[in-house]
Amino acid sequence: MTRTRTPGISRRSTLALMGAGAMSVATPWVARAQAKTIKIGMPTILSGRVAQLGTSSRNAVMLEVDKVNAAGGLAGRPIEMVIRDSKGQPQEAARVARELVNTDGCEWLIDGEASSGSFAVHEVARDLGVLCVHTNSEASSLTADPKQHIPNAFRCVRQGIHDSIVGGSYAAAIAKAKGLKKWATCSPDYAYGRDTTGEFTLYLKRFAPDIEIISESWPKLFQPDYTEVVTKILQAKPQALYSCLWGGDLTSYIDQANIYAMFGQMEVFAVNMADYTALTVVKNLPKGIHSGNRYIKTYPATPENAAWGDAYKAKYNEYPTNWSWQNATAVMFLAEAAKKANSTDGKKIAEALAGLTIKCPFGADGTVTMRGDDHTLVGYAIGWGTTIPQEPYVPEVKAGDWKTIFELEAEWKKSKGYT
Amino acid sequence: MEVLPVDLDALAGCLSSSACLVTQTTSGLIIGMLLFLVAVGLTLIFGVLKIVNFSHGAFYMFGAYFAMTAYQLTGSFALAMLAGAAGTATLGLIFERVFMSRVYGADVLMQLLVCYAFVLIFDDVVRLIWGPEFKSMGMPAAFQVMPLFIAGGVVPPYYLLLIGVALAAAIVLGIGLSRSRIGKVIRAAAHNSGMVSALGINTGLIYGGVFALGGGLAGLAGALAAPVRSLTPGMGFSVLIESFIVTVIGGMGSIVGALVGALLIGLIRSFGSLGFPLFTEGLMYLFMVIVLVSKPTGLFGKEAA
Repeated sequence: MTRTRTPGISRRSTLALMGAGAMSVATPWVARAQAKTIKIGMPTILSGRVAQLGTSSRNAVMLEVDKVNAAGGLAGRPIEMVIRDSKGQPQEAARVARELVNTDGCEWLIDGEASSGSFAVHEVARDLGVLCVHTNSEASSLTADPKQHIPNAFRCVRQGIHDSIVGGSYAAAIAKAKGLKKWATCSPDYAYGRDTTGEFTLYLKRFAPDIEIISESWPKLFQPDYTEVVTKILQAKPQALYSCLWGGDLTSYIDQANIYAMFGQMEVFAVNMADYTALTVVKNLPKGIHSGNRYIKTYPATPENAAWGDAYKAKYNEYPTNWSWQNATAVMFLAEAAKKANSTDGKKIAEALAGLTIKCPFGADGTVTMRGDDHTLVGYAIGWGTTIPQEPYVPEVKAGDWKTIFELEAEWKKSKGYT
Repeated sequence: MEVLPVDLDALAGCLSSSACLVTQTTSGLIIGMLLFLVAVGLTLIFGVLKIVNFSHGAFYMFGAYFAMTAYQLTGSFALAMLAGAAGTATLGLIFERVFMSRVYGADVLMQLLVCYAFVLIFDDVVRLIWGPEFKSMGMPAAFQVMPLFIAGGVVPPYYLLLIGVALAAAIVLGIGLSRSRIGKVIRAAAHNSGMVSALGINTGLIYGGVFALGGGLAGLAGALAAPVRSLTPGMGFSVLIESFIVTVIGGMGSIVGALVGALLIGLIRSFGSLGFPLFTEGLMYLFMVIVLVSKPTGLFGKEAA
């Protein structure tokens, strides 16, 4: 007996199609698949409250990877990025990192995790011996603490202690010039907020010993309303305020402090202000907020940096973040190391990376260095300036002095028992 | 200087200075009044529908986003407020008629599950429409003025408006529920919906209307907060938690309770941040525990009838 089939799509092929559809949705974000390719795995935060930063990391990596591939790849091998969401959870980051190496066959890792997740991925790198470049963790101990040191891991990120030294000395100079003796602080109540504020005030007082902190506020992370904190600071009548609030918390704080005319009553130092994610969102950005440079395309004021910022904006229709330049720099380092080693062997690349200096749009003098003894990035552009309400947002940046940074960093390491 | 967990000197100093007293009291009123608008919807819906609307924070979120979009399109602050309130009221009506009305008789866990599902769905809807990054509406030019100085205390004009609008909503709601015919029907439905239905009144319409009213009030709160708070998907959640504390303190189902509870929470926050800088959050919960232990139905809650 012959079976007749109705024309059109059969149930079975529909199921097959649905299965294929589901597969293509479930498959991770794979950039390019070719023979001889070198797979690089990257866990980062692509969902949740800081998804914007993870996405900007992915964008920057792809911008640079496309350039490397167009120029013939790493020692002749085109790069294939395998980028997965860790949801910002350390245990998930570790699981994803392990899977990328063991199941997906990634030969190297770019660790796009924030501080909490980076330590988890670091342990995976230690365990598997795979080459790993951390691109977003600013926690100083990740490379400063010798217990964390492994030959196959590097950190291509600005560092908390560097920022504190530069911020402290910049703020102290202004405090001395303007006679700002009474200070208040207002930072989010978790490890980053506490540590960063502590280190900043440490160096502020070191450079200007007669400063007194008369009020501290610790609003919780992602708090919607800061009115009681704002009025409390107004009552204390400090001459200057330091804050390491960031992102939406910082913009809320500014909007709420603005209607109390707070910014006319004291000098405000907000380390995370000069980042496009905050600068472009605040509608009534007050003039004259002091901020560290996170990423702005006008500092360093070079054609290379401006061109890079514009190219990123042209491709993704938004400005890069602090995480973007760090991830782009990581790919630049890997490409240069592969050229130097003429190989993609993880061990040889690690040897080439240690102490490597490359030309880079984000360098203080046009170059950045992967310091040999602790595998961390130095020489990047770091400085502070004051805001204006429109582009370029921070017209003049006072550069931090790397000689001072190195001296005080060494002293700090000694005080922590790291050297 | 080491920050002490308890700084009673600062608190006493503030209480004896009129400048500080005025500033901190208005600061407490602002926090309290916004909280009241969210909490009163929650308590109203519970009182009439006997449903704990866990997704209530989403209406606050939508109110803020609707207001921001309307403000960007029209440049009118009044229209932005209207869009926030009317948009969320409509959303509340649809949400109640299409989804919540199906689980009225169901297990409380089922109701909670439906609400929680919509917390996630609504957050994702906002993410799809407005994007995952945070937004800011910006303060309308009319309110970008120097704050007022009352008895030495600092009071921003925008916050006077905010307190005024919330207070007007409270008064209209209070009078409307106690005096008008619709208010009486709503109260009757809360007491015995079967009897109201038997009298030929469309209870479905009342339920939908109450949900719309509750949603609209939360949306108004979101719209009023939009110029000063950053907008993110999920922004309704922390407001929801505090609203629950307010309704528990004031008594589930009581509008006066919601007002008193919200103002108490606002004042605890504003004065607590001076006297107990490291324990302001904890203070709220501590107060809730004290109320629950001494009066388990809340300050204005009625004993189960």
